[in-house]
Amino acid sequence: MTQSLKSPDLLQTLADRVDELEKRLAGTPSSDRLCLMVYSGELDRLMAAFTMATGAAASGMSVSMFFTFWGTPALKSPALKSSGGSATKKPFMDRLMGLMLPGGFDNRKLSKLDFLGFGRRMMQHRMKRMGIASLSELVTLAGQLGVQLTVCEMSMSLMGISQDDLLEYPHLTIAGAATFVDDASRAATTLFI
Amino acid sequence: MSDPIQTHDLTGIRCPLPIVKLNQIIAAAALGEELLVAADDPAFAPDVRAWCRRTGHELIELDQQDGVTSVRLRRSA
Repeated sequence: MTQSLKSPDLLQTLADRVDELEKRLAGTPSSDRLCLMVYSGELDRLMAAFTMATGAAASGMSVSMFFTFWGTPALKSPALKSSGGSATKKPFMDRLMGLMLPGGFDNRKLSKLDFLGFGRRMMQHRMKRMGIASLSELVTLAGQLGVQLTVCEMSMSLMGISQDDLLEYPHLTIAGAATFVDDASRAATTLFI
Repeated sequence: MSDPIQTHDLTGIRCPLPIVKLNQIIAAAALGEELLVAADDPAFAPDVRAWCRRTGHELIELDQQDGVTSVRLRRSA
């Protein structure tokens, strides 16, 4: 030790080791990060996802949500309604997909007890009466709280959704699997919904 | 005598709204400031305890009466 302390290389060696440790630390999953993979598009599942996301963000966590498959159409602008597409002319199949996969938040089907929309309306009536936030209110809150939304590019292409079709949201990016993997690897908790 | 502390009303709303609102209220408070909040969400008592553990704010007192949870806390982070 006495020998190495005298070494002129000591400072450099220490600096290298600190760099190495910092690099390793940066790759450690953080308990201050929550990562959600939103695969489903039903009202109840999206509500669970956005309730956890806003709750975590309000508890000081940094939250990222990755939307893929049936979760993707939910992020279409509510202004599009079920018309199936943006102003730009789309291929027939894209428009057909758009009609079959409507966007918007508050009129989505329930995964259970939907009863052709009757159960949905009953649920929404109860939510309002109890002071439970609607899905669109939760999404607005998520935006204010800095929740990051990432939309799967492959799902968008598959479902005929263009960038112009997406809702206006302050923290929204379009990306792929590697982005999800990066987000998930930095979060101590990742949930699949 | 110090000034009486105003109670923030978080009644009539359900999870996660009381916590989201509490987060806004604490952000507007000064470090070390004491706050009083009241909520009637049945999940609020366990949630506010968990929230204080996570965020590092101090839970001074929690009282439950007639379905209302009253909490005194201090901004500590």
